[in-house]
Amino acid sequence: MRSFNLINSLLISAITASILAVTSAQASGVVNVYSARKEALIKPLLDQFSNTTGIKVNLITGKADALLKRLQVEGSATPADLFITVDAGRLHRAKEAGVLKPVSVPLLEETIPKELRDEAGYWYGLTLRARPIIYAKDRVTPSDLSTYEALAEAQWGGRLCLRSSQSVYNQSLVAATIDALGASKTQSWMEGMVKNLAKAPSGGDTDQLKAVAAGVCDVTIVNTYYLARMINSSKQADQSVASQLAVFWPNQNGSGGLGRGAHFNVSGAGFTKYGKHPKQAQALLEYLASESAQAWYAEINNEYPVVEGVEVSSALKGFGAYKMDSIDLEILGQNNRQAVQLMDRAGWR
Amino acid sequence: MFKRHGLSVFAVVIAAFISLPVIVILSYLFQAEGVLWQHLLDTVLSDYLINSLLLLLGVGTGVLMLGVPTAWLTSMCSFPGRRWLSWALLLPLAMPAYIIAYTYTGLLDFAGPIQTWIRDLTGLGYGDYWFFEIRSLGGAIVMMSLVLYPYVYLMARAAFLEQSVSSIEVGCSLGYSRWRAMWSLALPMARPAIIAGLSLALMETLADYGTVQYFGVSTFTTGIFRTFYGYGDTAAAAQLAASLLAFVMLLILLERYSRRRARYHSAAESKARADLIPLIGRNAVIAVAVCLAPLMFGFIIPATQLLFWAVFEAEPLGWEFVSLAWNSFSLAFLAAIVAVTLAIILSYAKRTRPIKPVRTVIAMAGFGYALPGTIVAIGVLIPLAWLDHSLIALFERLGWHSPGLILSGSLVALLFAYTVRFLAVALGSVQSGLEKIKPSLDHAGRSMGHSPWAIISKIHVPLMRSSILTAVLIVFVDVLKELPATLILRPFNFNTMAVRAYELASDERLVDAAPASIMIVLVGLVPVLMLHGSIARRRPK
Repeated sequence: MRSFNLINSLLISAITASILAVTSAQASGVVNVYSARKEALIKPLLDQFSNTTGIKVNLITGKADALLKRLQVEGSATPADLFITVDAGRLHRAKEAGVLKPVSVPLLEETIPKELRDEAGYWYGLTLRARPIIYAKDRVTPSDLSTYEALAEAQWGGRLCLRSSQSVYNQSLVAATIDALGASKTQSWMEGMVKNLAKAPSGGDTDQLKAVAAGVCDVTIVNTYYLARMINSSKQADQSVASQLAVFWPNQNGSGGLGRGAHFNVSGAGFTKYGKHPKQAQALLEYLASESAQAWYAEINNEYPVVEGVEVSSALKGFGAYKMDSIDLEILGQNNRQAVQLMDRAGWR
Repeated sequence: MFKRHGLSVFAVVIAAFISLPVIVILSYLFQAEGVLWQHLLDTVLSDYLINSLLLLLGVGTGVLMLGVPTAWLTSMCSFPGRRWLSWALLLPLAMPAYIIAYTYTGLLDFAGPIQTWIRDLTGLGYGDYWFFEIRSLGGAIVMMSLVLYPYVYLMARAAFLEQSVSSIEVGCSLGYSRWRAMWSLALPMARPAIIAGLSLALMETLADYGTVQYFGVSTFTTGIFRTFYGYGDTAAAAQLAASLLAFVMLLILLERYSRRRARYHSAAESKARADLIPLIGRNAVIAVAVCLAPLMFGFIIPATQLLFWAVFEAEPLGWEFVSLAWNSFSLAFLAAIVAVTLAIILSYAKRTRPIKPVRTVIAMAGFGYALPGTIVAIGVLIPLAWLDHSLIALFERLGWHSPGLILSGSLVALLFAYTVRFLAVALGSVQSGLEKIKPSLDHAGRSMGHSPWAIISKIHVPLMRSSILTAVLIVFVDVLKELPATLILRPFNFNTMAVRAYELASDERLVDAAPASIMIVLVGLVPVLMLHGSIARRRPK
């Protein structure tokens, strides 16, 4: 009956593990985190936090909307204290869903600029991610580039690569454009871009960069940290891709919406409404906005810090300074649904 | 001991419980939500439908073309390499569809080594030459066919092996040629098994999100997630999923109808088979090629690429891999035992009392397989969290300390979700094994005073050994590969290999995802090899 014993011991260990997971999550001196940031991009910081404060951090990572659903269903019994995610639209959605509570954290209100956090304290931005135009150095002169809107012009016919409209980064870009140009202009802009596509949208941001380098297309719109990662990569193939590409910061001048600045987004965190460890959660959030944590993001994942005066990585420095869109990030969330609808209509797959 | 009614009631209760998530999702159909539907109908829905249908058609054709001939050749013919090919053909089962998609994209994409090599060699640029576009509907069909054909292969092979020799021999003695006997006897007799394998492959195709999303193919499933993630609209997403389910139900009804009252039983004793059909010369070469091709493209090439990345280019996993492997293995093992045990009980209840309520509720319990894992997870969360809240309320009324989320926040939720998602796999295999056992054996057992339990354990289980092991194997490997439900439902600080591979891959670090991916494949090999041993033992060389 050896197999029976094996099953038995597996069962027992599974049950103890789950009981441990449940009880340890409720003991004091812990903070429980639901994170849509990938483990590799948050765990090292959480470990650092545990080492310095002695507060244990329990972590579940997953897709933002799925974690949000879990928070909603768990309701008042949720073990989660902090909800971390990577898109302002998602933070807004969490706030709307009623799973967050407003908390005023004086330290964060001091260090994080007003436009990068929720007014009432439902969420705080932790890092900035820019989404500019990337072009092939040998085939595009920067003077041909000006705005996101200009990518719909006929001169880019068959020269543009875009990631699919499933990507929340693109959805937020469109949400910001709706705010600047209005719905109908945004839709015709997208229709123009779809016409200019060199290939049907597929793959991730990195794949768009590779496509530009391989000559499939000449320009694309991508988050900068993907390019920075390739610049810093130890792999020769990655470096060779990166060496053929350059960043163009669009919408820097011009009247009205056209000079609004380059599109950016935040990753951020909010306190859950029914969190059982508010003190520890606040300590963790303050830590994530601390100078050393901010520098870590900049160095490891090449994201821009939200706290001023923090050194950025050399790859980011190489991209130069730029003007950011000064849009209220709440609007990205509010416009998200309309953005997806317009993308559907414009035929952006 | 259960009397006959006892078993039926027990089975209905279990099946109803497992159907809960499916019912939760179906119930969204009755929530009025018109606006988004109108928009989808106006814009993308027809695309979703057409692409999904083409995907189904393509993968269906693909898995039949890869699975049935290989099953026939390895079970009925003799040719060089037959014995090792017969188990090696199972290996692609261990390869998750999204991972084979990433791997082949790395190889065949315009920026990959092959096309770069072509460009360097010829001096041509992108667009100057034709090359298979892997990121396309066609690419998705090929990828999924390559990893899903083992369902058909396994089921068809088990059926061919369990077929009574005598019916084929009778056919031959009546003047049928060997090939004629295959077309007119063996294939029709194996039809329930082949259809079972095919419907598993197709349901898995419909539930797949990772591959089609990565390739940018808009299918019904990507539509569900676009609605969920893009519109933040769970209700509309669940409604889309429910319509998908209704479609699957329709297909299954159609198949049932086309089979109508035909039953396929064969003599239960499996006597030593007459000689295998010997293939020599050109025929042998063809047979080897037919069996080698799916193995090559479905396993050897992608596994070699993964291994190469894992060894030479990726960040190593470190000691953490021990806990990842243990978590994945123990979960998959437990889930397989639970699902197959339940499948045996349900199939048996259906066999003893095939009345409508029993059949309906069992059919419901199997539909979780056609739902994407994320949707199943939501269907699991809602009733479990409700139970948890009721428990907490009860505890508080009694003045006790709140127990927290003991169901929805623990491994219970995961095991439940796996059972919901994969019960169909276990049912398919167990039922097709059971269908081939003559009812007269049950009657004989009962007339000798055996209880239903004794009939299961003394007559059926030994006769269905390979069907049961097949079921355990497939559920095990499926759980090992499962990602979306694991991601949402797992407890704190609990990682599996699939979660690790996904996190790195979705961060666009495909190469760094290779060590975890190759480990999924390696752990998946263990039961594949064990299964092979046990099937091979039953048959003459």
